[in-house]
Amino acid sequence: MSVPITCRPDETFVLNLGPQHPATHGVLRVKLTMDGEYIVKAEPVLGYIHRMHEKMAEAGTYAQFMNNTARMDYLHALAYNHGYCLTVERAAGIEVPERVEYIRVITVELNRISSHLLWWAAFVLDLGGFTPLLYAFDDREKILDLLESVTGSRLTYCYFRFGGVYNDIDDNFIEGTRAFLTRLRSRLPRIYHDLVTGNIILRKRIEKIGVVSKEQCRRYGATGPVLRGSGVCYDVRRNEPYSVYPNFDFDVPVYEEGDSMARYMVRMDEIEQSMRIIEQALDQLPEGPIQAKVPKILKPPEGDYYGAVEAARGTFGCRLVSDGTKTPYRLKLRSPTYCNLSMFGEIAEGMLLADALAFMGSLDLVIPEIDR
Amino acid sequence: MDTSIWRPIFYLIGFMAFAGLNAAYLGWCERKGAGHIQRRTGPKEVGPFGLLQPLADGIKLMTKQLLVPRGVDGALFRVAPVLAMIPALTSMVVIPFSDKVQGRAVDLSVLLIFALASIAMIAILLGGWASGNKYAVISAARSVSQNLAYEIPMLVTVITIVMITGSMNLEQIAQAQQGGFWHWNIFRLDKSLLMPVSFIIFYICSIAETNRAPFDMAEAESELIAGFMTEYGSMGFGLFMMGEYLNIVVGACLTTILFLGGWDCPFGLFPGIWWFLIKIYLLIFSIILVRWTYPRTQIYKLLNLSWKILIPFSLVNLLTAALFLKIF
Amino acid sequence: MNEYWNDIFGGAKSLITGLSITASEFFKPVVTEQYPHVVPEIPDRFRGHIELVKNEKTGAPKCIVCGMCQRACPSDCISLKGKKPEGAKKKVLTSYILDFTKCSLCGSCIESCKVNAIRFSKDYNLASTRKEDYIFDLIKRLEEQG
Repeated sequence: MSVPITCRPDETFVLNLGPQHPATHGVLRVKLTMDGEYIVKAEPVLGYIHRMHEKMAEAGTYAQFMNNTARMDYLHALAYNHGYCLTVERAAGIEVPERVEYIRVITVELNRISSHLLWWAAFVLDLGGFTPLLYAFDDREKILDLLESVTGSRLTYCYFRFGGVYNDIDDNFIEGTRAFLTRLRSRLPRIYHDLVTGNIILRKRIEKIGVVSKEQCRRYGATGPVLRGSGVCYDVRRNEPYSVYPNFDFDVPVYEEGDSMARYMVRMDEIEQSMRIIEQALDQLPEGPIQAKVPKILKPPEGDYYGAVEAARGTFGCRLVSDGTKTPYRLKLRSPTYCNLSMFGEIAEGMLLADALAFMGSLDLVIPEIDR
Repeated sequence: MDTSIWRPIFYLIGFMAFAGLNAAYLGWCERKGAGHIQRRTGPKEVGPFGLLQPLADGIKLMTKQLLVPRGVDGALFRVAPVLAMIPALTSMVVIPFSDKVQGRAVDLSVLLIFALASIAMIAILLGGWASGNKYAVISAARSVSQNLAYEIPMLVTVITIVMITGSMNLEQIAQAQQGGFWHWNIFRLDKSLLMPVSFIIFYICSIAETNRAPFDMAEAESELIAGFMTEYGSMGFGLFMMGEYLNIVVGACLTTILFLGGWDCPFGLFPGIWWFLIKIYLLIFSIILVRWTYPRTQIYKLLNLSWKILIPFSLVNLLTAALFLKIF
Repeated sequence: MNEYWNDIFGGAKSLITGLSITASEFFKPVVTEQYPHVVPEIPDRFRGHIELVKNEKTGAPKCIVCGMCQRACPSDCISLKGKKPEGAKKKVLTSYILDFTKCSLCGSCIESCKVNAIRFSKDYNLASTRKEDYIFDLIKRLEEQG
């Protein structure tokens, strides 16, 4: 709930929601000017984990940057792998085999489910419910085990290559994925929705909190579940299709209210839709090679290229300026959470501290992605 | 009344042992219970089933340095944890554990316990304010408004029981419920139609008074780090925690005596102190389950719950009981 | 007024449902893997630090000291040296140092090797208190493996 602020400047005090805090996921500092429990001004201060990824791209070849893409948003690393691969493949004109596209879609959607499960767990933890964290992590362990048996890593995957993937998937993985989908489908209504979504304490805590209108979203460039929770139906997989997403039948969940509950429901519905996509992809999986013929040292022709994918947090865009040599001239990475977080300063004014934290949780922040 | 010198000494040692064991091992129960609710084991390495874990924690807390930051109000900072323990310990004197085991049967024991409970509220306020930390002050302010709001329905419910029984003596309230579960106050629909409702109101208020989740605004871990306890190290923190567990025990004891028949067996067979202990530990287990299930409420919704829902219901119950008392 | 009663009854029902779910989970078995007592099974493709592969016939590493892994590594972790003994056609590996403090397990070195001389190991118990313990001498490791 927001109230108009009518206090004198000397009645306020400055509180540092410092870089070390359990509720800001990562090293985010927010300078809050508060009047009692109400926030008068909120100013996010970034840069505590700036690691110069874009500069590192200019210092090595295209293939050497593959690893960095996973470290930016480590929760949905495969989508970032995918975005970078997409851009370089467009630049160099590489034709990707069909089996590779299907494997990419299956693994990216599995990773999306694990990212949303972790978001759900951390969100409810911020609000004070400690148990759903453990239940969600039980399911997430299964996904991590599946992806470990394919790629070898559990969190920061360096699995995609230009024109292919590193390893092939086998029957164990396919059976394991189907078993996991059955298990998650049976647990979703009871443990996720009955225990948490229907709980009146949680609903009172996040309904009507942090209402974001369509104009605010457009002004700040918010994408992903934040945008879809405010009533705008924009999903990169539908509006700018890439890979083999046009072959699948899935819905894009959109909610009109724009509050934290809408964003929550968008993400829970997205888990359901991801499961549908994975099932269809497993049914349609073709045989074929898993790597196209690509020169050892890639030298894309000169020019300006752009590729975008739908990550769990929004539109991840990758702009590549190539000058014909084996290192990129400029690689610009558009981070979705940066634009989502920039709304925080305007919307948190007049909110209670607890509500501001619930709003921040519903934005799904991963700070290393903002600072790159 | 037995007036030999051994009786107070015997009871003193008994209460200290009971309080000490509870404060230490309720922490173990909570961690094991939380673990199994979350499909994991709790502590298991220190001793069989982790039973020596509270001992290890106690030793660790006692050997840490008691840091007193510069800028705190010296005397208040040191007094606050001690003040948090006092009400719970002194309340145990008047609680009847069974008809033969009781510290002192005082005629106004209900009044004594609730008067002492307010001291616990002061302890939190002092602890938060004397810390000189902005987070602590916010949490102390939240806790005062919460405790105040939840004392009212609690007291109104207790007045209903006192009115029905006709005495403020806890022993007599328990004696009036002997003889099987149909005599227990929670099931006495002939005294007032809304008795189970008043049990639920009292239960919710006792959780809120002791600052347990889902009402733990004062120590909201993810928002205010540790609330009013942020600046307390070693034994200061230990005393606050022990005080919280003892308050829970006293709250469960009160609920049992007022509503569940005290030391009575459900079928009237072998009444005694063991039934009392079984009942309070079942209530404590349910309080632990409630803590680990629900998220935290927000401060305004919390106060709404008390002022707009609990107080009207408890007042209606009071009126219904008065009506039934007059007519039947 | 309607909303008031809906909140109370609907809310109470949701709270009791929640309690019943956690109470039923309390009685189910734990899912923890008791790690130090029970060691998990490592999948085949697990990415530990790299190790040299032995040539089965001669017992020496397969490496031909071409330096492709050193050039492919984004973080400059690998440094290898070889020399050509008298009268032999190919170079022989004399030292292969992996600086694991910088390695990010990307696998570019393994991909770039044409003779499959390196592979991922399954080593994960690597905790130590000194930085020097993470500069691996892979030839010594190969000899210790026997």
